[in-house]
Amino acid sequence: MPEPITIRVKRFDPETDAESYWQDYTFEPPSEDSTLLDCINHIKWFIDGTLTYRMSCRSAICGSCAMRVNGGGQLVCNSQYRDHLDADNTITVEPAGNMPVVKDLVTDATGFWEKIRAVDPYIRSDREREAEGEHLMSPEDFSNIDDASTCIMCGACYSECASYEIDKNFLGPAALAKAQRVVHDTRDEEQGPRLARLSEYGGMWDCAHCFACVQACPKPVNPLYRIVDLRNEAHRRNFHDNNGSRHARGFVDIIEESGWLDEAKLPLKSVGSLKEFVTDLLPMGIRMGVKNKFRPNPMHLLPGRHHPPVPKMNEITKIIDKTKAADPADNE
Amino acid sequence: MIEHDVVIVGAGLAGQSAALAAIAGGAKDVAILSKVHPVRSHSGAAQGGIAASLGNEAEDSVEMHDYDTVKGGDFLSDQDASLILTESAPEMIYALEHMGVVFSRTEDGKIAQRPFGGHSSPRACFAADRTGHAILHGLFEQVVKHDVKIYSEWYMLSIIVHDHGCHGIVVMNIDSGEIEVIKTKAVMFGTGGYGRIFQTTTNAFASTGDGAIISYRAGVPLEDTEFMQFHPTGLYRHGILASEGARGEGAYLINGEGERFMERYAAGMMELAPRDIVSRAEQTEIDEGRGGEEDGDAVYLDLRHLGRERIMERLPQIWQLSRDFQGIDMIEEPIPIQPTAHYSMGGIPTNVDGEVVYDEENTVLAGYYSAGECACVSTHGANRLGTNSLLEACVYGDRAGRSIAKYLSGGYEERPATPQVFSDAVAQATERADRVRAMDGPERLGDIRNDLKVAMTNKCGVYRDEGPLTELTDELREFRGRYARAHISDRTRRFNTEFLEAVELDHMIELAEVMVAGALARKESRGGHSRRDFPTRDDENFLKHTLANRAEDGTPDLTYKPVKIIRHEPVERTY
Repeated sequence: MPEPITIRVKRFDPETDAESYWQDYTFEPPSEDSTLLDCINHIKWFIDGTLTYRMSCRSAICGSCAMRVNGGGQLVCNSQYRDHLDADNTITVEPAGNMPVVKDLVTDATGFWEKIRAVDPYIRSDREREAEGEHLMSPEDFSNIDDASTCIMCGACYSECASYEIDKNFLGPAALAKAQRVVHDTRDEEQGPRLARLSEYGGMWDCAHCFACVQACPKPVNPLYRIVDLRNEAHRRNFHDNNGSRHARGFVDIIEESGWLDEAKLPLKSVGSLKEFVTDLLPMGIRMGVKNKFRPNPMHLLPGRHHPPVPKMNEITKIIDKTKAADPADNE
Repeated sequence: MIEHDVVIVGAGLAGQSAALAAIAGGAKDVAILSKVHPVRSHSGAAQGGIAASLGNEAEDSVEMHDYDTVKGGDFLSDQDASLILTESAPEMIYALEHMGVVFSRTEDGKIAQRPFGGHSSPRACFAADRTGHAILHGLFEQVVKHDVKIYSEWYMLSIIVHDHGCHGIVVMNIDSGEIEVIKTKAVMFGTGGYGRIFQTTTNAFASTGDGAIISYRAGVPLEDTEFMQFHPTGLYRHGILASEGARGEGAYLINGEGERFMERYAAGMMELAPRDIVSRAEQTEIDEGRGGEEDGDAVYLDLRHLGRERIMERLPQIWQLSRDFQGIDMIEEPIPIQPTAHYSMGGIPTNVDGEVVYDEENTVLAGYYSAGECACVSTHGANRLGTNSLLEACVYGDRAGRSIAKYLSGGYEERPATPQVFSDAVAQATERADRVRAMDGPERLGDIRNDLKVAMTNKCGVYRDEGPLTELTDELREFRGRYARAHISDRTRRFNTEFLEAVELDHMIELAEVMVAGALARKESRGGHSRRDFPTRDDENFLKHTLANRAEDGTPDLTYKPVKIIRHEPVERTY
């Protein structure tokens, strides 16, 4: 028999509890190679029938059982409990983040689905009703949507998304991965308008690259990489008139000047107009100045280089040139 | 009381296809209701492909697909249904492709196709090894696009049948626990299968046959439930599906001694013989001591010769599953597998328009439709060929949806259902729910469920025999008794999953009773039903469909109806 383990569950019953609390279940897992879901099921079926959670396929395809294990979002069906034991033979399980809790480990995913709907997650094409045969799509074109189309909408990425946590206007990793799947589908005929919308506030440029979604994703979707795909496509198609794009291009420009990233310059490169500078950037700069986060330097408003170049600047120039040569459109 | 013209119960391939077809046909007020969110439906777990004679990889025809289907079904298929299925297939695939479903491609950009068991040409269209998932999400995209009303995580408790017509359903909003009536002009069931009554199954926990039993309790018979398909390659002990697409790509089956044993059972098609034949071959190897692993209960799926590149391109999901669940890299090692309960050929009887029929004369029950695994039209007969299930769910879901639209615009007539009918239905469902929530006996639901699954696997599995089936009939009566003495600890209303599991177990026990009754009475071996004491097919006595009606005392009462033989006379089935 396997050694006893403890599963510590964050519990909440809306009919009886004012707030959530932790409950420990200590028991012998059904077998050495039980999955974490097998263990949670064991609790429900043989120890405490009131424990509430979602699950269905137990093979990582239905996406029901995303929750937080030892602080990180994941499915509980596709890994063995042994992989999650801490030094005290304990595993901590709590509901997925970024969603209100309904009961125990069940969360209300309404917000998640609203984000998915917001990207118009379906092909738009005038050819939709043509009856003769399939649209041709090369294996390479298929491979551009292969990874994104493996998404099971489990919400593990959304649970961990740091950008969404601080700004509820952000579409989030799953919706943006879905958007990438549609934008790169050769059958879709609205790539332009889609990319324009996705370039706006809350879209592809508002991801903070924390990689939490990549870590949480149980499938090969890797949402952050799909967001990067979208940004590259947006640049290829010259969607430059937005803060995100200006920020990315400004980043390269600044590095090109001296090899240093002059962070004070970056916001100036990112704003699109004097109005934006006055209404958004200046007040933030003043607030930062007041809190001693940044020392205003009028020099920053002047164009040109403010630092001497880094040693071996020529090597950095070489990297930049090589990258631009590989895909000129990406770095315009 | 909620009202809709149409409610579709179940949001897998059949349900979503039906909803979209009904809307395309002009239905204005269509709602989908499911106990799980639509994309959590079990259709998404289908891996290997969806059949259509596109001929993208080799010569193919509707005639070949049709004959393969009927022969695969051991000649129990209704041949009007199989012909419609196979004729509609290419058009259906193109329709799915046009709406945005992702498919793997050939070098020249067409939909790629691979060989599959029992099919005489490579006709399985696929999206790597996640075809069900690709179609399920593709259909859901359309459901979103058309802004179809969705009751997600609502559980159906009963269907309201009165005066030879269907008037709606009684449902529970899982989140609130409240019980309500949805009054309708038409109801469609696409509620899936019931593999969960077996110990080792590819099926999701949700596949408990709720729709089939709710229909049965409302007076509609169940057809051919004894025909249960055991998939040859469920991951050993887990039961998780390892797609037949693996063998379609060229994988071997080997026994514990490393021998490619299919040579002895189907020398022509080898690993690509139909599933009933391959599963029996595996079970025979295991029973005769040539199995592998500690208990000898496994054989092996060997993909090593396919090479890393092919495996990662065409079968990435099962590579991942085998690594995660078995700790094995199939590029390096064969993976242990075993026959695993997979698909129910039988179900709610329907005609080719998706209308539910309730007697030997195929009389239609007005306003009630069904398609997909919960239904029995019957295209699959005694054994379904791989890749025909996704096709059937789409084609017959679509046909049911179109029938509904036609019914609403033409044939529908207001049937007299007094408010009393609805209030009685709610009272009955509420009384049952209260009773379940108050269960306070000594028996644990988990124990009853486990014992039921073990009993069904041991005595009504790949091979069956009169003695064990008779014992099982008595045991199932005891299971009912044990259920009546069961205990439930969650007595709350909101999101009470223990309550749902208790109701599902009630359904599972009754389904087992119906299946065992059919299996005991069918004294022959045909397709997925294999009797050790009657090892051959008996066309003289059993070329007919079983219909189980619920008798007054709650036991199944069997009658039969003829098979529609049109083009293909039964012949001996060899591969």
